[in-house]
Amino acid sequence: MVPMAQNTPGTDAPATGSPLVKRGLADMLKGGVIMDVVTPEQARIAEDAGAVAVMALERVPADIRAQGGVSRMSDPDMIEGIMREVSIPVMAKARIGHQVEAQILEHLGVDYIDESEVLSPADYAHHIDKQPFTVPFVCGATNLGEALRRIAEGAAMIRSKGEAGTGDVSEATKHIRTIRKQIAELAALHASSPEELYVAAKELQAPYELVREVAERGELPVVLFTAGGVATPADAALMMQLGADGVFVGSGIFHSGDPARRAAAIVRATAQYDDPAAVADASRGLGEAMVGISVADLPAPHRLAERGW
Amino acid sequence: MLALQGGVREHARMLVGLGADVVPVRRADQLDALDALVLPGGESSTIDRLLRVLDLRDPLRAAIAQGLPVLGTCAGLILLADRIEDPAPGQQTLGVLDVTVRRNAFGRQADSSEETVATVLGPVRAAFIRAPLVVSVGEGVEVIARRGAEPTDTDAPIVGVRCGDVTGIAVHPELTGDATFHRALLGQAAVRRAG
Repeated sequence: MVPMAQNTPGTDAPATGSPLVKRGLADMLKGGVIMDVVTPEQARIAEDAGAVAVMALERVPADIRAQGGVSRMSDPDMIEGIMREVSIPVMAKARIGHQVEAQILEHLGVDYIDESEVLSPADYAHHIDKQPFTVPFVCGATNLGEALRRIAEGAAMIRSKGEAGTGDVSEATKHIRTIRKQIAELAALHASSPEELYVAAKELQAPYELVREVAERGELPVVLFTAGGVATPADAALMMQLGADGVFVGSGIFHSGDPARRAAAIVRATAQYDDPAAVADASRGLGEAMVGISVADLPAPHRLAERGW
Repeated sequence: MLALQGGVREHARMLVGLGADVVPVRRADQLDALDALVLPGGESSTIDRLLRVLDLRDPLRAAIAQGLPVLGTCAGLILLADRIEDPAPGQQTLGVLDVTVRRNAFGRQADSSEETVATVLGPVRAAFIRAPLVVSVGEGVEVIARRGAEPTDTDAPIVGVRCGDVTGIAVHPELTGDATFHRALLGQAAVRRAG
């Protein structure tokens, strides 16, 4: 590392884009709610409600679902409009495997890129090589193996996928429980039979070094949020009780009757997730929740969580 | 430590490693038992909002005014400050440190970095994550760290300040594991306890 100024001992050149710096922003988002927004006005509502970050996208997942077609990265003008509106971090989505969309988002200066299954995949075999980017990435996962493959590619934050745009929290529950359970199993294996971690890595289809790290720590090396179907303060508190570090809320806020109030209520319930009185208070008088659609009624080709390899 | 949102776990891990008992504070009555307090990093606008929704802001101000030693990092520094140059709409602070801060003063996440900062306590390895900057300090506030220079270099940006037992730094030593400031805080706590 080149010293910034030869005559100032104790200082050195700033290292941008290191894993610590990329993961560090996610560390600062813990305990918070990240909200999908499609306009600067919605971003303003989200920041006022106490969101820790906003996700700028063209259509929320419920609308992507309803309208169909190919779903892509948003217009740079729209993303920049949101970046100008709020002072909290702004995330934006790129298609799975679409490194050029990611390059554009990095150029725009977004704070985090979500390589997201909510958009139409651009590559059915490969995800983006996220290591060379300075901007950090968050990626979805339905299980530990998928999470570790994304981390190996350079993801600095993981979100369990759930089933976006449904208002049905059952898949989010399943995915966060699966990831937590698989981490616990690795930790147990590390304690009892560490020599079996090699085969565990094979079964998880993940690099051995990462598998061993998770087994030793008993947690992922990056922050684990949850997403997909969270629509109420109680849903958000449930995710936190199940061990999520924080919550993404997509369609659940701006497809509800009173977005500002619901957004603030979900922020409060996420912070006080273990206090039933507080979550009860946060749940009062919020108006209509998003109508939603049961995951069980979704034909398999329309299940977004199955995108990602 | 204040445990509403943000980098709570990293601070807790370091303090436990130094032998401290760590109490996550989410209610005002939990403040009574403390010998020292950490205000962690996170989103300052979110933490401010939660402090007010949960009726914690005034008890926290009172506890600090009564001499509770405090270390605020990043968003914690913003909370301590009297004034924010560019607040989110409606954003408030605790106003216990006579300084003006500017949020996200060094740029967006792409500009976040890891580096060694010279401080009055010696070199500290730390991360700037969308970090704030102290743009001006009131009388009686000591500058304890500047970016890329010695604390005495008046041209360099101010990233650490101290007034009595209230310390605010713009950076995250809890991400790198540098315990310099945590040790100093526990030292203040011991003095308060003995006194």
